[in-house]
Amino acid sequence: MSYIKKPNIFRTNAPKNELGMTYTDYEGAMSTLCAGCGHDSITGAIIQSVFDLNIPPHRMIKMSGIGCSSKTPAYFANQSHGFNSVHGRMPSVATGANAANRELFCIGVSGDGDTLSIGMGQFSHAIRRNVNMLYIIENNGVYGLTKGQFSASADVGSTAKKGEANKQVPIDPCQVAIALGATFVARSFSGDKDQLIPLLKAGLMHKGFAMVDVISPCVTFNDHDGSTKSYMSTRESKREAVYTDYIAPFNEIEVNYEKGSSIEVDLHDGGRVILRKTDESYSPQSRGDSVKNIRAASEDGELLTGLLYIDESQHDFTDTENMIDSPLNSIEYKTLCPGKKALKNLLDSYR
Amino acid sequence: MTTPNSNDFTVKFANVNGTGSSSANGMFMKSIFRMGIPVVGKNYFPSNIQGLPTWYEVRVNENGYLAPSGSVDIMVAMNAQTYEEDLNAVESGGYLIYDSSWPRETLMSRDDITVLGVPLAKMCNKAFDTARSRTLMKNTTYVGVLAALLEMDMKVIEQLLLDTFGSKTHLIDANKQALEMGYDYAKEHFDCPLPFKAVATDKTKDHFIIDGNATSALGCVYAGATVGSWYPITPSTSLMDAFSRYCANFRVDEKSKKNNYSVIQAEDELAAIGMALGAGWNGARSFTPTSGPGISLMNEFIGFGYYAEIPTVIFDVQRTGPSTGMPTRTQQCDILSCAYASHGDTKHVCLYPADPEEAFYLAVNAFDIAEQLQTPVFVLTDLDIGMNDWMIKDLEWDDKFVPNRGKVLDENALENMEQFHRYLDTDGDGIPYRTIPGVHPKGAYFTRGSGHNKFGGYTEDASEYQDVVDRLLIKWETAKSIVPSPIKDFNKKNKMAILSIGSCDDAIREARDLMSKDGHDFNYLRVRAFPFSKYIEEFIDKHESVFVIEQNRDGQLLKLLQTETSCDVSKLKSIRLYNGIPVFPKDVVSNIMKEISSGKAA
Repeated sequence: MSYIKKPNIFRTNAPKNELGMTYTDYEGAMSTLCAGCGHDSITGAIIQSVFDLNIPPHRMIKMSGIGCSSKTPAYFANQSHGFNSVHGRMPSVATGANAANRELFCIGVSGDGDTLSIGMGQFSHAIRRNVNMLYIIENNGVYGLTKGQFSASADVGSTAKKGEANKQVPIDPCQVAIALGATFVARSFSGDKDQLIPLLKAGLMHKGFAMVDVISPCVTFNDHDGSTKSYMSTRESKREAVYTDYIAPFNEIEVNYEKGSSIEVDLHDGGRVILRKTDESYSPQSRGDSVKNIRAASEDGELLTGLLYIDESQHDFTDTENMIDSPLNSIEYKTLCPGKKALKNLLDSYR
Repeated sequence: MTTPNSNDFTVKFANVNGTGSSSANGMFMKSIFRMGIPVVGKNYFPSNIQGLPTWYEVRVNENGYLAPSGSVDIMVAMNAQTYEEDLNAVESGGYLIYDSSWPRETLMSRDDITVLGVPLAKMCNKAFDTARSRTLMKNTTYVGVLAALLEMDMKVIEQLLLDTFGSKTHLIDANKQALEMGYDYAKEHFDCPLPFKAVATDKTKDHFIIDGNATSALGCVYAGATVGSWYPITPSTSLMDAFSRYCANFRVDEKSKKNNYSVIQAEDELAAIGMALGAGWNGARSFTPTSGPGISLMNEFIGFGYYAEIPTVIFDVQRTGPSTGMPTRTQQCDILSCAYASHGDTKHVCLYPADPEEAFYLAVNAFDIAEQLQTPVFVLTDLDIGMNDWMIKDLEWDDKFVPNRGKVLDENALENMEQFHRYLDTDGDGIPYRTIPGVHPKGAYFTRGSGHNKFGGYTEDASEYQDVVDRLLIKWETAKSIVPSPIKDFNKKNKMAILSIGSCDDAIREARDLMSKDGHDFNYLRVRAFPFSKYIEEFIDKHESVFVIEQNRDGQLLKLLQTETSCDVSKLKSIRLYNGIPVFPKDVVSNIMKEISSGKAA
């Protein structure tokens, strides 16, 4: 990977968001991923989402681990601080950063190797703490940078480029996340921006840990016949269980959905998530139901997508820890230091 | 031989862990302290919760020496399991107190010591109702026995009971009863006082008793640290416990009742250091306490922090290695692993406090250094400093203190700046400017552990890469002038010197006094930081022989001196005391004398 700066192109008629910023203002460096990589589509979806949400780029931090996926933060929002940490350990860095300043939007981008193998522990514990962040898994079933080994999300029977079939049971991040108590679990496909963008927006505005597992085909090592994570295979197997819309606060758009088939969930920022179920029996607010449906679909060879589970009622990490509402990193020192007199009194208790 | 001096003796308590002995032993020690006599407590405890042998040793010493004497004058042998060992540990002419409730067929004994039987269990079974109080009060009863034998001031002990238990009058009453029971028994059956006793004096004024984990934690509070992440590990756990306790006291916002701090119990040490770095990167003062095994786990992230230049503070409360080692024994065995932690070319600032007093000041200092140099800084204490009860001078605080946050560009500076580049050395001291996320769009940069150039961009270019790692060496040079300088005691007439580190300090102080009486005078230097100050080399150069004393098998400090200074290494004589017990002054003396008499030293 090399660092390539994009040429500055100024379009006078480019649409602007409420901050007066254009889509280009949210772009990053030129991607050096392979042409056609699913990850680049996700990058585009992230840019569109934060542009639409009017997030000031400097009020956002971008975190990642190691791997192709983890390069992504360099490709969007070059006015945001980025942190490319060590392999599988991005959740801990994000947790510390969140503790220091709870006001910043946090986008973590990881991959199936970075999350489900080396990073499984930290991933699990970020969920357990309900750290307020959007956690995207760019899931392609292979290790790309080391040239095509199976990852922990590869399906049984899915073949590698040279033909050998994976024999180990895959780890499904959605089922794991729901079981671990995640408060926002979604699945999507890099090739379906219409579905992905509302999910990313809702995930960003969700207060707590929002995981979006995005199937993102690897064009170089895992896009052949026999792979269950190719573009073709994903298009064929994906079935949208819950169609999601994110409605921003104060947006008076009249939403008309068929009665009984949609659920509205109010988010902490005042926005709403509208969930349209394609299957009457599916309840994205019941953990048991969600896992049951994901498993049933999987057994039928289907990939269930959409906002699979949401619970907006839980405290996030900073609230659970009873941290003050303002960022810890900007408390004045004189508030933090107990001072000479307090020290004297304290020492007296040790005599 | 035990000398019949007052205010100079060691009492050792041999207990079974989980029997509540520690509060009684602490009460004994604190009473001596309140009588104005300097005192220090060493805890030799198992890595266990209940049922194994544990010892607490109280050294009473009017000169204020804080190292263990290495001999026992009174043994309170409350553990049948270790009775033989405890009996053998008593100095000739010393005393042993045991529970004589049940007659034994043959009682192991020694002709050269006095064995005093007290029917502790019998007395307590009669006096108290519940099984728990019968067990606990045996401990208080032997404190009463000691009080009589040593002619301690009972009023002092009773006042301590009142101060300790406050409104819990039933506890005060029970303890008072047990105390008097033991006192009266000893008065009636033994020749009180013993040839040595505790005589009230005024040598503990402006001192207090505390352990180094507590003072380290207090240093974090006073330095303004707001994020602490950790994974429980002996012997560092009580550091975070203390930080939480102090924060609950000092750091809760009065209005909202919310916390001005965050203590995160991580899933492992890898996460603990990741959190500390995430918080440090995001502008909070952060730290993580751990011990050797935790340092091993943190290595990858430590190198990241070094290369990406992120401030945080790591406390390594060293314990006996290698591997799990002996978790409840002390050592200075992580000197090298901290100095060069992580793969690739790395070296780290390390601070080495000698006792809980210095641990407080160096903890505060560590946060300043970490932010000034934008790098992880280690504070290496050890189990002896961290978990034992030391009598130290009152800590001082200057309310005018302003933390040094280093080169951080604020909103204004960024607004007026053409363009910000993260790793440019504009001042020539190797320290670039940094920005905190969320402050200004112009401050954005990409933090990475992969190759980067001085502008902060990714690079695989040979010279761009080298440019940055070479600049880190300039920063290392700057570090030498920022870190605390060594403590020196130099007299040009002396040809020999002792050079040491951390908690060896007090044993050396006493050893030097002892050797001085025999006509051997040594100069002394105590290293307080890595990178080494130039004074260390100068000091070594001025002597014919320098004894390097440290608590590890392989002479890690000596190796670091060999590698990082250009001193004449043939002058350095290694003395290594590494059995897990704090250094005894007499062992320092005997090792130096052995070396001198063997002619190896000049």
